[in-house]
Amino acid sequence: MAQPQKSASSLPSLGRDVCEDFLINEARLLDDGLFDEWLALFTEEARYWVPSEPDQESPFDTVSLMYDDRRLLETRVRRLASPRIYSQEPRSRTSRMVTNVTIEDASDDGTLVRSKFVMVEFRRNEQRLFAGTYFHRLVSTQSGIRIASKRVNLLNCDAPLDGLVVPF
Amino acid sequence: MQVQSAQDLSRLVQPARVHRSLYTDPAIFELELERIFGTAWIYVGHESQVRDSGDYFCTQIGRKPLIIVRDAEGKLRALHNQCAHRGAMVVASDKGKTDEFQCCYHGWTYHLDGRLKAVPLNHGYPGDFDTKNPKTSMLQVPRIASYRGFIFISQAPEGPSLEDFLGHMTTSFDDLVDRAPDGEVEVAGGVFRHAYNGNWKLYLENLCDAAHPWFTHRSSIDAAQQQKDDVYSDGSGEIAIRQMRQNGAPYSFWESQVGIWTYPNGHSYLGDYHDDSKLVAAMKDPVFRDYIAALEAKKGKEEARRILEVRRWNSNIYPNLSFMSQFQQLRVVHPIAVDRTVVHTYCFRLKGAPERMFQNTISFANIVNGTGSLVLTDDLEIYNRIGLGLLSEGAEWIEIGRGFQSDVPDEHGGRRGKNSTSEVYIRNMFDAWSAFMLPGRREDAQSRKAAVS
Repeated sequence: MAQPQKSASSLPSLGRDVCEDFLINEARLLDDGLFDEWLALFTEEARYWVPSEPDQESPFDTVSLMYDDRRLLETRVRRLASPRIYSQEPRSRTSRMVTNVTIEDASDDGTLVRSKFVMVEFRRNEQRLFAGTYFHRLVSTQSGIRIASKRVNLLNCDAPLDGLVVPF
Repeated sequence: MQVQSAQDLSRLVQPARVHRSLYTDPAIFELELERIFGTAWIYVGHESQVRDSGDYFCTQIGRKPLIIVRDAEGKLRALHNQCAHRGAMVVASDKGKTDEFQCCYHGWTYHLDGRLKAVPLNHGYPGDFDTKNPKTSMLQVPRIASYRGFIFISQAPEGPSLEDFLGHMTTSFDDLVDRAPDGEVEVAGGVFRHAYNGNWKLYLENLCDAAHPWFTHRSSIDAAQQQKDDVYSDGSGEIAIRQMRQNGAPYSFWESQVGIWTYPNGHSYLGDYHDDSKLVAAMKDPVFRDYIAALEAKKGKEEARRILEVRRWNSNIYPNLSFMSQFQQLRVVHPIAVDRTVVHTYCFRLKGAPERMFQNTISFANIVNGTGSLVLTDDLEIYNRIGLGLLSEGAEWIEIGRGFQSDVPDEHGGRRGKNSTSEVYIRNMFDAWSAFMLPGRREDAQSRKAAVS
């Protein structure tokens, strides 16, 4: 999951419009707090990654704001539903916009989709603004489009930040 | 509330409670920067960050920007990051390698030890202007010293040596470094920076608190305990899930098996929390087995066993450092304002250990110390809530009396709690606080120590 590079490929990819619709729906699930439904968008072997450094090459030799395999992502989502998740009492409200969607690459591994996002988070009298770039590796399955990997490059990933609890 | 006099300050720390103003009064905060952070040995970084001449990194103590650099002779220096001319911050990069420091305003250029090297338009300054005059240097912090690679500075020209200040806690640094088969550790793996709206003291006060995980971390304990293990995993989250489950140990465990030790100058550690078998599956884990083999090859079987039998969890070095050997984690507390704190957290690589050990270190950091972790985020919430709660003018005093009647002396000159749920380590930090903050008290403490030794 290094910084994805654009490469020539002759394999058919998912269409840009289909991918954009998928991303808009994903953002909506997150804004609506439907985290189980969000989790269901990921494949069984998916990774979800929010690096701690710009251009971070690996999640294994450098710390990450979030780096989850399926087991950890399920744990993260289950915690979000806990009535005792004090860092979400009160709950965050979020509003996301996903734009500038482009198809970067297509291969047997799926279609690599790049997009820009802005997420505003409001919680307990404070509003925080997050922005950055998403890289989704999307695959077609019998049950629809699924996320094989998602990388979130936060503009301020190395700033001093209060806790990040709601996924990007 | 404006508290300035020693008499006023001394009333604020009582045997089992402290006044809330210690966490809310900006005047007290300014005094702490002057009397604690301005005089104590303060951890600033590790020698692996400044390995060769010219290597430097920037840090700050309170609001003061500093440069830590290895000079041309290989000596460590701590410089105020301020040009002697018009006061601009000279070095703007977090870290790097250089032959000299040059101010971007008028080009004043300095040697690595801070002495002035060259000044453009030299003829235009007053007749008595002399580049050899120390007043034209970037000022050095009076004292810098390291213990087994861990660098501390003191802004007081005189005082106890670093080793005297650390006292018995040097054994916690030994524990961390001895765990490396090659006998050396290095800072690696990046840094987390997190921030909260609360006082700096709250951070160390939480790190040896054995009574909070069951409550504060309930959401991650439940989520990890309910997690099925038969779903796909690349192995990187394994350590994390074990740790979250372990946080759910019942009170009886904390009260019977875990201990809390405290030492002079505010230091402490939580010990006997868990041995390696709970977290890394000991001999059953091939990575850990390879590690033990590497350790035994370098140090011999007996010494390797002795090293691994040391079971310290967090070691706190007052006032700004906490580290943990078993997963090579380290946190540095930066007081910004009375109600604002920034914490930087780092990882260490054990030289000579299998690389996969370091991956475990990284994944442990992500989950336990990360800004987006499932555990730390609830601790940050606690610090923020204390910050908010103290705005109320309800309770005037904050209780730190748990275990107050049952502390016992320790053979190395400290005190220990009857068990790990004692708040003895907080009382111990306030003893140090009083010694730094109250003129006269420090001399008393030193003469008491001299009398004992």
